[in-house]
Amino acid sequence: MGRLIRLDRTGHTTLAEWSAGDHAAREAAVRAFRHELERGMIASAPTGNGTAEVVRELPLDADLVVMRRQIAGG
Amino acid sequence: MTAAPAPAVARARLAEVEALSWRESTTERTLRRDGRRWTAWTAGVVFAFTIPGVALMAIEPLAFPATLVCLAHAVAVPWIQARRGARSPVPIGSRRSAAPARRPDSGEARADQVDDAEGVALGLLGDLVGHEVRELVGSTGMAMQHGRLGVWLLGEQGALLVRPGGRRVFCWCVRIGDPGGLPAADRVAHLLLALREDEEGFATVANLQFCGAPWRVRRGLDQRGRSALDTATRAASR
Repeated sequence: MGRLIRLDRTGHTTLAEWSAGDHAAREAAVRAFRHELERGMIASAPTGNGTAEVVRELPLDADLVVMRRQIAGG
Repeated sequence: MTAAPAPAVARARLAEVEALSWRESTTERTLRRDGRRWTAWTAGVVFAFTIPGVALMAIEPLAFPATLVCLAHAVAVPWIQARRGARSPVPIGSRRSAAPARRPDSGEARADQVDDAEGVALGLLGDLVGHEVRELVGSTGMAMQHGRLGVWLLGEQGALLVRPGGRRVFCWCVRIGDPGGLPAADRVAHLLLALREDEEGFATVANLQFCGAPWRVRRGLDQRGRSALDTATRAASR
């Protein structure tokens, strides 16, 4: 089961959830993912070993993909 | 529409670094060099104020008030710089935290919405960091992350990096470009994800505020911050 979330003022919002056999849910997740990228969000997939990967295509095998905003030096 | 083939994860640099092509990448080598520069700078400041003060006293003992002013500068300038560095991270729940700013009287949200959002954000941050660090977040407001460059402590607006051996701390200012009402814990989660994506890229994007011994940074932290720094220093010393 994969989950696409966006960090926002509510804490986070679940944009899509998908499972391996659910083709429609996967397609919807990919659409939501691309929409967020077009809005300027950055996609990050935590790997579970203390690292995360920047992703530009939705990794459908990932458990969690987080859409975050850009960071900058203060 | 076609779904990307799995696995579609590709190792990439931090996206934000691409907009900073003019900036020198932060690496192990540049950190060692910057550390030496900060030490030399601090020694230079101390000497620049101490030597004239002592010389004045030697030439004319009645000039001791001027000597005192010089010595005060020799102490105050490094102290102010260390304090500025210590203020960089902004722990969750601290005086400068985003959480109080999002209270209902700020017009951003109702109290229950604010509390719900902070709770949701803290839950996600807890899931990302794991059990041990979750307790540290709860007690100090900062998240700890081990990296190749050292042990990081992340706040809402910056980070502290305790170098391996625990003898030097780098203080960085780094935040979300457009925080737009994000809960405090989400701000830390943003920095944590970016750090995990590309540690050197994260340090390249961040602005270095200060570098020096942990005891100098520790003086500028509140009790919770000191506890977090002590934990990170111990972790970096192992």
